[in-house]
Amino acid sequence: MSLRPTHELHNRRFGRNLGLGLVLAAFVALVFGLTMVKVTRGDFAAVQTEQSK
Amino acid sequence: MSDASLQTQTRMGEAGFGDYFALLKPRVMSLVVFTALVGLLAAPVPVHPFIGFCAILFIAVGGGASGALNMWWDADIDAVMRRTRSRPIPAGLIEPGEALGLGIALSGFSVVMLALATNILAGALLAFTIFFYVVIYSMWLKRSTPQNIVIGGLAGAFPPLVGWVAATGSMAVEPWLMVALTFLWTPPHFWALALFMRNDYDDAGVPMLTVTHGRRATRWHILAYTVVLAAFAIGAGFTGLGGPLYLTVSVVLNALFLLGALRIWRRDEAASEADNFAVERKFFRLSLLYLFLHFGAIAAEAMLKPYGLGGWS
Repeated sequence: MSLRPTHELHNRRFGRNLGLGLVLAAFVALVFGLTMVKVTRGDFAAVQTEQSK
Repeated sequence: MSDASLQTQTRMGEAGFGDYFALLKPRVMSLVVFTALVGLLAAPVPVHPFIGFCAILFIAVGGGASGALNMWWDADIDAVMRRTRSRPIPAGLIEPGEALGLGIALSGFSVVMLALATNILAGALLAFTIFFYVVIYSMWLKRSTPQNIVIGGLAGAFPPLVGWVAATGSMAVEPWLMVALTFLWTPPHFWALALFMRNDYDDAGVPMLTVTHGRRATRWHILAYTVVLAAFAIGAGFTGLGGPLYLTVSVVLNALFLLGALRIWRRDEAASEADNFAVERKFFRLSLLYLFLHFGAIAAEAMLKPYGLGGWS
């Protein structure tokens, strides 16, 4: 038997933390995906060409 | 300290994730997502699916942010109205300051991310939409004029324009037609709600048309706006936005919508009370279907174009 039984409050706090964690993980994936798409499409090609001159 | 006060304090500080999500008005967000998506699909420029997904997501977050700011500002009247008193702030789950912080943070986040993912004009338009909904509608018009939802409806009408600009990077006539369609649709939709929500707005001191000009005048206004909306919606079918499918859908829906508005106009309060506003409730439900099917038809016309089927050409 657990010495500190989980209160409903702890469940709610865990749910909130888990939700925020998943949102942050999704944001990281989103930024990575956006970067990949923009780089492979050549969105930054013009900038690179100008810099190399 | 009593058990009751301890309970209240505990609940105040420990809102769940879902309570914060509820601050973003998910039902309104779904309308924003759908109309913005149609704006993006109707644009004559192909968009990378992932960029399109991100654009719609950031527009939705921007819509949610304005919902949170609206709930922060309107917490006092939300607590009075039956329809809104279970929202997270009046229910005591989230403190107003938290909603303000979340709203401001998500507003900045969504605008910057949309600008980075698509283009600066789309980001600027999203910022203007949030500003219009929060400052012009919520803070200024809502409590000062019975025309609140007419002018304020413009904020809810902008998402298809933002979606279009996210795809193209420029303005055109077609997205403005979608804005106008949603803009003209908003008043009859909300006034029907005001008719059957009855004392809610009165109790909260919000100058809805039903309160300031009476319920008879509101029925007249619903009919007048529906006539203008029907003429515009069907007329839009002959532009670059429409086509045979859109026109068919629009004629049928507008005939039903006009019939509903006529029935509302012909009724008096006694008849409405007798059946618990059945006609007004039906008209409100039809208005949701009306907008959904009109935008669905616009999207279908755009998606059929590559196969030589959509539009008039």
